[in-house]
Amino acid sequence: MQFWIIQGLNSLSLGGLLFLLSSGFSLIFGLMRLANLTHGAFFMLGTYFGATAMRAYSGLNIWVTALGAGIAVAAIGGLFERLVLTRLKTNPLGQVLVTLGMSFIISDACLALWGGDSIPVPTPQNLQAPTRVLGFVFPTYRLVLVGCAIAAAIALYFLLERTRLGAMIRAGVDDRQMARAVGIPVSNLFTIVFCLGAGIAGAGGVLGGPILSAYPGLDGDMLPLALIVVILGGIGSLLGAFVGSFIIGFIYTFGTALFPELAYIILFLPMIFVIAFRPQGLFGRVGA
Amino acid sequence: MKWIAAALLAALLVALPFFAGDFYVNLASQILIAAIFALSLNLLVGYGGMTSLGHASYLGVAAYISALMTSRYGWGHGPAALLSILGTTAMAAFFGLIALRASGLGFLMITLALSQVLWGLAYRISDVTNGDNGIAGLTRPMPFGFSIDSAASFYWFALIVAWFAFLMMTVFVSSSFGSSLKGVRDQPRRMAALGFNPWMIRWITFIYAGFWGGIAGLLYVYYNKYIHPTSLSTTSSAEALLGVIAGGSGTPGGPVVGAALVLLLKNYVSAYLERWNMLLGLVFLFIVLVMPNGIVPGLSRLLRRGSR
Repeated sequence: MQFWIIQGLNSLSLGGLLFLLSSGFSLIFGLMRLANLTHGAFFMLGTYFGATAMRAYSGLNIWVTALGAGIAVAAIGGLFERLVLTRLKTNPLGQVLVTLGMSFIISDACLALWGGDSIPVPTPQNLQAPTRVLGFVFPTYRLVLVGCAIAAAIALYFLLERTRLGAMIRAGVDDRQMARAVGIPVSNLFTIVFCLGAGIAGAGGVLGGPILSAYPGLDGDMLPLALIVVILGGIGSLLGAFVGSFIIGFIYTFGTALFPELAYIILFLPMIFVIAFRPQGLFGRVGA
Repeated sequence: MKWIAAALLAALLVALPFFAGDFYVNLASQILIAAIFALSLNLLVGYGGMTSLGHASYLGVAAYISALMTSRYGWGHGPAALLSILGTTAMAAFFGLIALRASGLGFLMITLALSQVLWGLAYRISDVTNGDNGIAGLTRPMPFGFSIDSAASFYWFALIVAWFAFLMMTVFVSSSFGSSLKGVRDQPRRMAALGFNPWMIRWITFIYAGFWGGIAGLLYVYYNKYIHPTSLSTTSSAEALLGVIAGGSGTPGGPVVGAALVLLLKNYVSAYLERWNMLLGLVFLFIVLVMPNGIVPGLSRLLRRGSR
């Protein structure tokens, strides 16, 4: 019983982390029709920024760090979008290839700057004490992470559904040409959304840091998870990313605990299943 | 004129080991292997319009099957090679069923996810694949009783295979099936309206490309006598894709030139600095931004303009 509850909570926290990773990916894909393969690298960059900042200034608040790292990564993403991606507007394949190239550049730069050893991100002190859930002790921080993901989901929902910016983004997702025709600056929206997506990934990287820590190859570990989540949930759908994250969180955690060697294959079965019967994903409206 | 040039090139390639040192002969063998691999990817990317980011799966799996069968289970090279090609082709058929449910970016993401899974497996099932240590101490086969252990003999062996692969793939794309493949790439709906089955055409091409990817993988493991999970990684797929695009996708010779360039760059750069991945990324950006059609189409356009 203890095993199931503890692993269930672990699944929830991994699901939360995956949502922070994949919501930005899904957002970018929905508006820009761009599979942003730099996303794993943005996440890793956030983790490294957080680890460095919190090591340099001990006692630095993790929320402030996440915000700062998120802004820094968003700025890098914005530059990349403005300087490179906008030039390739008419070449969607080229866009994917440059995001792949960029991910190689970032991950190699991280290896050059921070070396090959993993750098831990400290857990916030006031969250270090374990919490008792149904009589079982569980790390508080992991529970807080689930709260973060839910808060981020609600904030994104309100941004997309209740603000003017969100209305413009939705218009761009539905019909880009029509949105341009009625005077929505779609090109600026692209930059905003790309920054936002990169920023969420960067902040998520810091928040995931206490669990994952920063190490070379983190990007390569996270990118397939993001891909699987959005393919499962439906590309471009926020709800899909949310549900998909928690499904994958559960499958991956229980898979690793029960069949450690097969976890990678188990992770991938629901994706095959969904693609076979519903190619657009669980909550997607159109196929990719 | 064209025939003379081709004959000269062929003579040069065959005679290479007589005037070049072992280092260059080995480099040429590696280029031949990379060229077969890039050509097989070109069937998908160039002629089929299916950009795959998981082509290293076929190379890596073929190499791993051969390595495991010969070193761990004591099989002979013949049956091991047969099993590895059969296994790789069957895997391509299965992966094709999944990946071809989508097209465009969805296809790319699924192939990437599938190959990442294999890469993760190669690392994690360490009691089978030996994990990060890789499988070392492999041997080369003796085709028809000839030893291919020396640099020159392996080069000739690879040259024969590469020539045959080039021929088979060129025949494939210039056949009527190849024309329908190009039709499906450009106008899938019209082709469907004309009574073709776009899905089946794509699937057959996917399997055929996987088959030649597997052949490249066998040569790869024979050449290196060693296999490591990195040969299954995204970097490995991306290098091949860069070769195809840099050389010129959808042309018969472009991928060969591109693969040779990527390999030479990698060899010379890694001798001087460690930052190969960063350079690979920068070359990617450069090629896509500056020469989106690749080097070979760009050059031939220049030549045509000059001769006019």
